[in-house]
Amino acid sequence: MRLMLKQPSVLPGFGLTLGFSVFYLSLIVLIPLSGLFFKTSTLSWEQFWGVITTPRAIASYQLTFGVSIVGAIINGLFGSIIAWVLVRYHFPGQSLVDALVDLPFALPTAVAGITLAAIYSPNGWIGQYLDPLGIKVAFTPLGVLVALTFIGLPFVVRTVQPVLQDLDREVEEAATTLGANRWQTFWAVIMPELWPALLTGIAMAFARAVGEYGSVIFIAGNMPLKSEITPLLIMTKLEQYDYAGATALGVVMLVASFVLALMINLLQWWSTARHRNQ
Amino acid sequence: MESINSTGSKELQWKDSLTTESPLVRRLLIAAAFLYLTFFLFVPLLAVFVEALKGGLAAYVGSFLNDDAIAAIQLTLLVAAVAVPLNALFGVAAAWAIAKFDFAGKQILITLIDMPLAVSPVISGLIYVLLFGAQGWLGPWLLENDIKIIFALPGIVLATIFVTVPFVARELIPLMQSQGREEEEAAITLGASGWQTFRRVTLPNIKWSLLYGVILCNARAMGEFGAVSVVSGHIRGLTNTMPLHVEILYNEYNAVSAFAVASLLTLLAIVTLAAKAIVERKIHSPAIVADPIAGVQAGSSR
Repeated sequence: MRLMLKQPSVLPGFGLTLGFSVFYLSLIVLIPLSGLFFKTSTLSWEQFWGVITTPRAIASYQLTFGVSIVGAIINGLFGSIIAWVLVRYHFPGQSLVDALVDLPFALPTAVAGITLAAIYSPNGWIGQYLDPLGIKVAFTPLGVLVALTFIGLPFVVRTVQPVLQDLDREVEEAATTLGANRWQTFWAVIMPELWPALLTGIAMAFARAVGEYGSVIFIAGNMPLKSEITPLLIMTKLEQYDYAGATALGVVMLVASFVLALMINLLQWWSTARHRNQ
Repeated sequence: MESINSTGSKELQWKDSLTTESPLVRRLLIAAAFLYLTFFLFVPLLAVFVEALKGGLAAYVGSFLNDDAIAAIQLTLLVAAVAVPLNALFGVAAAWAIAKFDFAGKQILITLIDMPLAVSPVISGLIYVLLFGAQGWLGPWLLENDIKIIFALPGIVLATIFVTVPFVARELIPLMQSQGREEEEAAITLGASGWQTFRRVTLPNIKWSLLYGVILCNARAMGEFGAVSVVSGHIRGLTNTMPLHVEILYNEYNAVSAFAVASLLTLLAIVTLAAKAIVERKIHSPAIVADPIAGVQAGSSR
């Protein structure tokens, strides 16, 4: 039986390392996560449905998912431009910019939150110029968009960049030689190669944005029905000791995360499959 | 020839080729990239330090020299000191099992390792409240035995471990998979023990990625906000980590102190990015090419 499940190998330590890994993951990840579903099963279906479809909850989904997708698309556009500029052009400070792109990964979300709130508030560095134009960013849904765009910034750049680097430029040369202009070459030759990576990056930025909490709550204003994201609603329910309500909303978020993770895996598989065919 | 073109005179080759845009388009694209990065990256980064130093150097230093700030820094260091070594140990063990052996269910294991990245930080905290909180599964038993996990140190450590589980493993798995098993198999066949093989053969090959994984894991452990916020209870001087301390100061309109503590966390982030840049250079430099044969070939073609 053992031989069927594991290929033979001369290397030692299989039982020890796999055993420890499975034990550790079960203790830290698997058991606690499944606890969420067990807790939900103490609710009847009507109760569960009632909690997850209150107007306040639905407004929070609309904001969380709606703003996350807009932020992800903005990052799709500008992330591609940044990746293109970093791979194809040379300019002063290039390697510094390349390194800084990962800042939203490394910066604690609370720091991002208070900083963005300070900059985009009506008397902040950038907010003071937007305020006279009637654009209010901080403490509105637009503020949520700023925060979710910030934290999604690295994903598209880091998925598109390696594909651009590996692109065979002789194909572009051939297209040019055959009379295509630069724009035609871009759409007909380069873009088809970029799509899988670009969509993966957008999906990753979206998935990250949907669950985000720390960078949003400082800039959002957190008005129920208006600028309250779902993770904050869960937090509010927890603070009111409404564990069942928090759990039900948590399950909705968790299922959404799983679906997104599955989608990203499929996109990545498509991406590598394309890559290998060349 | 190929390698000369791709490493030596990249710029020249591209300038001469037909495959680039007009100077105007190039400048516009660079300007667009810089404009976007200015609004979302450069200005925020600069603002942290400017806001922190707004009250002068004395106020900046004073932000750290009080009991609450010192307690928050100590707690953050303590949490990272527990969470990071555990996750590093797990990362090495999981990468060894996954990269060096073929077994059923490997993909499930990898998916499980990635799970904490897909889950909202708030949910990462929530699951431990449901398990150990006063109304949780083990709540009554913990209460009876006077063990505090939620709103206490163990809960903060657990939530931090959960959030940072994937970081070391994710750095090591792809690297060790690409390095193959031949070197370890040769060492074992020649009579080395398992531990000797790991220490003398595997570890030198993975040390830079391991180091970066640990740094990344540490940055995330010290900076985690959402998950820790759920399980901490925000008790000043007791269960406040640095990011939570930033939140409290900010909500009290003590912006200078909030940004002062935030600037420390920002420096940590910058160190992490620098470490990444250095490690990437180390991994790509020919001096430590993992496969000696490929290294010789790369050398001879120059």
